[in-house]
Amino acid sequence: MAVQSVESSTTSAASSNSAASGAFGPAVALSCRECGERFELGPIFACEVCFGPLEVAYELPAGDPEGLRRRIEAGPNSIWRYAPLLPVPADVADLPSLNPGLTKLVKADNLARELGVTGELHIKDDSGNPTHSFKDRVVAIAVQAARTFGFTTLSCSSTGNLAGAVGAAAARAGFRSCVFIPHDLEAGKVVMAAVYGGELVGIEGTYDDVNRFCSELIGDPVGEGWGFVNVNLRPYYGEGSKTLAYEICEQLGWRLPDQIVIPIASGSQLTKIDKGLKELIAIGLVEDKPYKIFGAQAEGCSPVSTAFKAGHDVVRPQKPQTIAKSLAIGNPADGPYVLDIARRTGGAVEDVNDEQIVDAIKLLARTEGIFAETAGGVTVGVTRKLIEDGLLDPSLTTVVLNTGDGLKTLDAVAPTTGPSAIIRPTLDSFREAGLA
Amino acid sequence: MSVNVRIPTILRTYTGGQAEVPAEGATLAEVLADLEKNHQGIAARVLDDTGKLRRFVNVYVNDDDVRFADGLATATPDGAGISIIPAVAGGC
Repeated sequence: MAVQSVESSTTSAASSNSAASGAFGPAVALSCRECGERFELGPIFACEVCFGPLEVAYELPAGDPEGLRRRIEAGPNSIWRYAPLLPVPADVADLPSLNPGLTKLVKADNLARELGVTGELHIKDDSGNPTHSFKDRVVAIAVQAARTFGFTTLSCSSTGNLAGAVGAAAARAGFRSCVFIPHDLEAGKVVMAAVYGGELVGIEGTYDDVNRFCSELIGDPVGEGWGFVNVNLRPYYGEGSKTLAYEICEQLGWRLPDQIVIPIASGSQLTKIDKGLKELIAIGLVEDKPYKIFGAQAEGCSPVSTAFKAGHDVVRPQKPQTIAKSLAIGNPADGPYVLDIARRTGGAVEDVNDEQIVDAIKLLARTEGIFAETAGGVTVGVTRKLIEDGLLDPSLTTVVLNTGDGLKTLDAVAPTTGPSAIIRPTLDSFREAGLA
Repeated sequence: MSVNVRIPTILRTYTGGQAEVPAEGATLAEVLADLEKNHQGIAARVLDDTGKLRRFVNVYVNDDDVRFADGLATATPDGAGISIIPAVAGGC
């Protein structure tokens, strides 16, 4: 097995030993998604042959799907119930963690009526995670890898949600944290990232500038001993998104949905949900049947949607300009794979503008009592558009992801949301306002 | 034109472990050719078989992503800092 030059021999040996000792559970190697080259499990993220992204390869449990299903159902009420399918040790639930996951799958009948959906429509509401976004899932896996590799500082480049998730997870697990964000994020996200006591650094630039900075920091002696959850721990981190696929299927009674609408920032989440669904089919935990994956972007940052509609295989980077800041990644690392998956499954990638995003946030709130962050407005808005365009079949079972809490992006809806009236404390005043 | 090229960790086997190396060239293509002359094998890691930048490599001339400029034909002014960075980092 090739081992990248970035690793010292000590790290390589530690990685090897860790794998052998079960620190990574069923994971056996890192594999280049582009050229297939394999590497030992270690804190590396790019293929030394072709720069392609590395992902975790497994020897998954085989032969007894019923037994595995019972084991999962009897497991902890968190993502750790899926430990047999993740790069974590079997006793991971005993280690300090925010224990994210098992968020609500809400059957959205009111929204379905509004959108003309005659089949089942569900919202996977990941705002219910400990720091109110799906990021707790991915960070939990990255923290476990950081622990195994002996890192002492947790870091990341973030559009806001991840910074909060890393800060909180580091606090719980006893790591130092130092996270980097664009300096002009929503105030709520900045406070939520800073409150956990780690270092929070605003960078003058876009998310892509922050990401570039972190990529350079990791190659510098200053970054030695640092686990960047979405850089050198990215292969492990990404696996956390598989748990969304597992949960959705388990919550549907071990059924695959027919259609899933997923937001796209880097595209990692979408690719890992697809990976999770394929694993469940391969293991025999769900019936093998077709499903369609749809990607959702904001028009002001729609490099993947643009490429999809143009029939391109490559994604041309864009300069983001949208209220959906958690999705404002102009140079999405997994964009080409999102295109492959949308086309392979018969799905599509679509985008909505800022006004449509706000409308969709309000629609979801009004119909289901779920206050989504802007990324949720993007998925609901895109769902509506896909139905109108005849690309999403309203008679089938559809799951739409809400990946974060609307309290984090109050700025997006505040200008058009407020009291119906301000009145004097009298019945006459109430009647005069036309509210009686 | 003399420029400085920041080398990502996974390519430092080609530069004897150096994180930054000097190179000559008026365009990115010329700079990469000069790098190859002094650090044999490095160009094939950055460029694909057709001579284009690999899709998972980002190259910046000073602060500008060359994909927003002229790609391999992007001018490299004297004293410019060039960064080669794996593209797979970041995001959700």
